[in-house]
Amino acid sequence: MTNEGEERVDKQKVNKKSVIQLILVIVLIFTAGYVLFIGITVGVYDIGKIGNSMKYGLDLTGGVNVVLEASGTAEDPVTSEKIDSSILTIRQRIDSIGVTEPTITKQGNNRIRVSIPSVSDQEEALNLIGKTAQLEFLGPDDTVILTGKDVVDSKGVMQNDSSGVQKAVVTLKFSEEGTKLFAAATEKYQGQIIKIKLDNDIISSPTVNVVITTGEAVIEGMANIDEAGNLASLIRGGALPVKLDPVEIRTIGPTLGQNSLNESIYAGIIGISLVLLFMLVMYRGLGFIADLALLIYIMIVLSIMAALNVTLTLPGIAGIILTVGMAVDANVIIFSRIQEESRSGKSLLTAIDVGFSRAFGTILDSNVTTLIAGFVLFFLGSGSVQGFAVTLILGILVSMFTAVVITKRLVKILVKTGLFNSNAFYGL
Amino acid sequence: MRRIKVAEKSKLWFTFSLILITISLGSLLIQGLNFGIDFIGGTIVTIELNTPFENADARAIVDKFDPGADVTYAGDAKTQVIVTTKKSLNTEERQALFAGFKDKYNLVDSNLISIDTVNPSIGKEMASNSIIAIVVAVLLMLVYITFRFEFLFGITAIIALIHDLIVVLGVYSLFQIQVNSPFIAAILTILGYSIMDTVVVFDRIRENRPKFGKHAYTDLVDTSVTQTMARSINTSLTTLIAITSLYIFGVPAIKDFALPLIVGITIGTYSSIFNASALWFAIKDYQFKKHEKAIAK
Repeated sequence: MTNEGEERVDKQKVNKKSVIQLILVIVLIFTAGYVLFIGITVGVYDIGKIGNSMKYGLDLTGGVNVVLEASGTAEDPVTSEKIDSSILTIRQRIDSIGVTEPTITKQGNNRIRVSIPSVSDQEEALNLIGKTAQLEFLGPDDTVILTGKDVVDSKGVMQNDSSGVQKAVVTLKFSEEGTKLFAAATEKYQGQIIKIKLDNDIISSPTVNVVITTGEAVIEGMANIDEAGNLASLIRGGALPVKLDPVEIRTIGPTLGQNSLNESIYAGIIGISLVLLFMLVMYRGLGFIADLALLIYIMIVLSIMAALNVTLTLPGIAGIILTVGMAVDANVIIFSRIQEESRSGKSLLTAIDVGFSRAFGTILDSNVTTLIAGFVLFFLGSGSVQGFAVTLILGILVSMFTAVVITKRLVKILVKTGLFNSNAFYGL
Repeated sequence: MRRIKVAEKSKLWFTFSLILITISLGSLLIQGLNFGIDFIGGTIVTIELNTPFENADARAIVDKFDPGADVTYAGDAKTQVIVTTKKSLNTEERQALFAGFKDKYNLVDSNLISIDTVNPSIGKEMASNSIIAIVVAVLLMLVYITFRFEFLFGITAIIALIHDLIVVLGVYSLFQIQVNSPFIAAILTILGYSIMDTVVVFDRIRENRPKFGKHAYTDLVDTSVTQTMARSINTSLTTLIAITSLYIFGVPAIKDFALPLIVGITIGTYSSIFNASALWFAIKDYQFKKHEKAIAK
């Protein structure tokens, strides 16, 4: 384009096509924002409302997060298979109390991380996860009669005891092998006491009155039906093949989680509004465009997070707010460049072109260094730190796109409208 | 536009940074850091008591488990008790602790707001992993800058980073602010952010180099810094605005992130403008003068 041509562009009258484009863009952004954040209902379908499709971390929903460490002995070392089968057992136990979607992952060689969202009773969940649940029936001479492995089914039920009082008990149904063993034992120890041991605690010591050949037994002495139910599910799930000790526990009550989410969104909105205002004051017309790009940025980041099922955590929210600052950074670099080029006597459109192309290298280099930090955090960090790293990485990538590609198109449309021809409007 | 005398007054900026580093290192040596449970292990239990409480009442319950525990309050009406122990309580102890409060204040299970327990072994691992993460990140950045610019830019940028790191740690040590895992994430972000600032300045020095005389380092550096100054300050301001709102209006968990970021971004911006390029200038200038002397002989 020659200098003369650009002069014409600068001085031309209002360009209707560009004005319509600009208005369309603004309308589109706000419509998309409305659909995304508030949502619309078309017929029976609810569309949008990103808050509903976002996956929230435990710190925002409340829940239990435990890291268990397996400890083996010289004869009984921790193996990969044992960890895998422990994970299965833990999953069964959690499923049995009917809570939503636990996440159970292996960490390193000997750790398991268990995350259960929205669990109401934190201690109960903790109890259930970590119990080895080594069930043993012992004779009076402490010989092992049978173990939890011989049990095929177990339930917590209410039953009338001999004096007609309703009591919570745990029913046991033995396997064929177990039935034989139990029959033999009840015959051998008639009139004596059999001990039922769970993880080194004697939980019941009934006296054998008759020989039991049906392969069924009950454990009495349960405080209530909940306790009976939990014990039954532990027995059903089977014993853990290794001893697991919790080395890290973090639980958050559901109200605290919800409050954290609300307050963080509130804080985020204030922060972002102030940034939008700052850009408008400092860079006027260009700032307005940067603000539009920033709104697009926020919508894209949140949509990608929802689409890729990235878990939004508190540190993640901090990451998003931080990248808002960084997204603006790219625009500030570009605008400063445009201002400089314009001061050196170039026309507005030329200054914009040169400004964008010169600034791009700088933006790329400066963002790559932050990306490096993000990736290191992601690969070497754990838990909440990773949540932060994901939003940081995602934010940097998306912000480079919106700050460079989208802003450039918008700035050009704005200039071409010819609505604003004074350099002052562009903060120049 | 008035030129900023970064290269010309480099001794002044170095002295200022040296004072900051001396204070920081001094405090780190004397007081050390106030490590939280993420690093040293321990238990934090938060319980909603539905009523403001007497510290002595809470202590009576807590002391049975750990007389060295901290008891503080939280919540809008100061109705929540936070018990922090240095030893990590096991399940029975935790349940007994909650049961103690439950009896005394007629609570239900859902009044147990949160539990955080970390074993000391995990904490040690965390500390060593953090150091590895920081070293790896710094080395990768050095490689990238050497690849894109030159080694001297890389090394001066890294020295400026270490300066930022020491000062942030110093602030945390001086005011004995508790250090937990979010702090490490924040530190790494500061490294990324601060080097981003430095890269922008170096980028300009590289671009301006052909326009200046071969050895007019003072002019080159000062002009480049002046040209990028508005950008450096404006971008740090926008980020600071966003992060400060999080700090003021956010929840405690998010404040742990926001505070080190605020400190780090501020100090990082300072060192990007005044230290990194001044250091580059000082070394270049030194090399040049040495070269001149060699020729004179």
